[in-house]
Amino acid sequence: MRLFTLTATLIAAAGLCLGTGPATASEGGELKASHFSFEGVYGTYDKAAAQRGFQVYQEACSFCHSMSLVAIRNLGDPGAPFYDEEHPNPNESPVIKAIAAMFTVTDGPDIEGDMFERPARPSDYFPAPFANDQAARASNGGALPPDFSMLVRARAHGPQYIYSLLTSYADEAPEGVEIRDGMNYNPAFKGGMIGMPPPLFEEQVEYSDGTHASVEQMAHDVVTFMAWAADPKMEVRKRMGWMVMIYLLIFALLMYGSYKAVWRDVEH
Amino acid sequence: MSGYPGYDPKSGFEKWLDARLPIVRLGYDTFIFPTPRNLNYWWTFGGILAVLLMSQIISGIILAMHYVPHVSMAYDSVQHINRDVNFGWLLQPLHANGASMMFLAVYIHMFRGIYYGSYKSPREVLWIVGVVIYLLMMATGFMGYVLPWGQMSFWGATVITNLFSAIPLVGDAITGWLWGGFSVDNPTLNRFFSLHFVLPFAILGMVILHVWALHVPGNNNPTGVSVKNVDKDTLPFHPYYTVKDGFAIIVFLMVLSAFVFFAPDALNHPDNYIRANPVVTPAHIVPEWYYLPFYAMLRAVPDKLGGVIVMFGAIGLLFALPWLDTSKVRSMRYRRLAKLFFMIFVLACLGLGWAGAKAPTDLVFAAGTDTATGDPSGFNFLWMARILTLYYYAFFLVILPLLGLIEKPEARPDSIEKSVLESNAGEA
Repeated sequence: MRLFTLTATLIAAAGLCLGTGPATASEGGELKASHFSFEGVYGTYDKAAAQRGFQVYQEACSFCHSMSLVAIRNLGDPGAPFYDEEHPNPNESPVIKAIAAMFTVTDGPDIEGDMFERPARPSDYFPAPFANDQAARASNGGALPPDFSMLVRARAHGPQYIYSLLTSYADEAPEGVEIRDGMNYNPAFKGGMIGMPPPLFEEQVEYSDGTHASVEQMAHDVVTFMAWAADPKMEVRKRMGWMVMIYLLIFALLMYGSYKAVWRDVEH
Repeated sequence: MSGYPGYDPKSGFEKWLDARLPIVRLGYDTFIFPTPRNLNYWWTFGGILAVLLMSQIISGIILAMHYVPHVSMAYDSVQHINRDVNFGWLLQPLHANGASMMFLAVYIHMFRGIYYGSYKSPREVLWIVGVVIYLLMMATGFMGYVLPWGQMSFWGATVITNLFSAIPLVGDAITGWLWGGFSVDNPTLNRFFSLHFVLPFAILGMVILHVWALHVPGNNNPTGVSVKNVDKDTLPFHPYYTVKDGFAIIVFLMVLSAFVFFAPDALNHPDNYIRANPVVTPAHIVPEWYYLPFYAMLRAVPDKLGGVIVMFGAIGLLFALPWLDTSKVRSMRYRRLAKLFFMIFVLACLGLGWAGAKAPTDLVFAAGTDTATGDPSGFNFLWMARILTLYYYAFFLVILPLLGLIEKPEARPDSIEKSVLESNAGEA
């Protein structure tokens, strides 16, 4: 009974920590209900969706949004969208090499002291679309397109929020909401007025697996990809987590049995 | 407390060493220590905290090998730890969530001390050393939260260091001295890293004093009745409590693991994944959950200096607690009124935490609408924080001093042994 009270207190206390934590941060606009493969304690990244999401990022987002903390090789790591069991070292994976070949990076200085362009290698990081924040603002009406690396984890209810943001654009703002020139109406964004024009439109990309590229589909896919970019070790972590929990459970049972055995003859 | 046969060196080498450095004897006396036989699971949190402290120190030392305390590299180096360092994805969340779990455990440990009167004579110094450890933990946790250099790191550091500017005459000088400049900047991050690295060892030193001060009078126990007969009332700490604490430690590690592996961000604020930016202020600056009750107290007072005094005074009261409580009966088990006020005190602390997480103008419950603006009006968190702060202070300054004088405690058992035998007879 006393053990029960204590356990209940612990669970309530842990719940309280949770309750006062991130829930306080939800101050944005309206969120749409959406579900993703990576949610929950068993969740993993839907590889096909993440690969399509990478395509969406490449063809629709990367002209404005950098992803500075992710290297091309990361795409082939365990748990990543393009992981290939036959090539556990992503630097040797033909898929990763082919992706790297799509990019050109600036390197140097060379022996003459000049910077030069060369094809990217898997070890290179994703090149940024703008030289610096000022250049990014100048090209985007004063707004700074945020970096994608941690974006899903840097927003409250990140996956739902970004999905809602991408799918909630409306041509006309409701009466009473005034949208300034160069701004767009989006009820998912705090205040309803956002600098980014609608980034996705029907069949903007052509998926090689035949999936119909609706706005909702592309939003879902790119969120899956961004979630991986922000938490690339999630699958490794959850897998080890289950082993740790099972180990600790057996350990706890053994300790409880030892406790009962040691205290067998003692009234307490 | 003695009563058990001491260490008896058998071999020649043991005798030789014992005459020169009695370190084996020290370990023996520490673990074969007479411990009341009726300790319940609330007494396991000391051991849990010791394990967590070691986990924090070890994971922290390894993290420090990869972390870079520079404003332009700190954020990226934490990302590097999570993305590239071998098992860095495990160490960093273990360290961050381990800190949270240490505070959870220390709060339970402190509430237990208050409920069972563990601060009363002859354990006043033991309690005071504990409060010093808690203060050091607060400082260490705060500086650790600054290190990832996200938005909450930066703005939390700005808010907390600015508190010192409320001190008359020397406030601005102290703040500038803390910053090492004119705002939170690279020198601040550097010194916070240095202090965050060294303070845990100060905590470790204080923990040794805490255990030493525990071993002079021995453990309190749920009845609060002192040990009268060592043979009948106590058991050697090892193996009886090593195995019981061990079980509790493993269960607590499961709680910690659930956070680390399945919800590493649950106790973190999303804004701290945004790089620190001195020109963009977050919509709400919220500290870590374990500071929220004090944050609520700080904001409950309209005057800045007043708020700082109330906030630090709340911890200061803990130092005076052994002399504020006038009751000679240690355990609240036999003090019905004290027990009731204690439960309200726990709820008040939780309520303050809730208020600290909300904006002061948010409503606890709505009652009607504001006639001028048409917005819903009602009872807001500012007033809730004020009422609960008042109760917090009243509990220490009015309730505990008065209750000891007017309350008539229930009958206490004659000895620990009798209480054990009686409660077992009652259950059977």
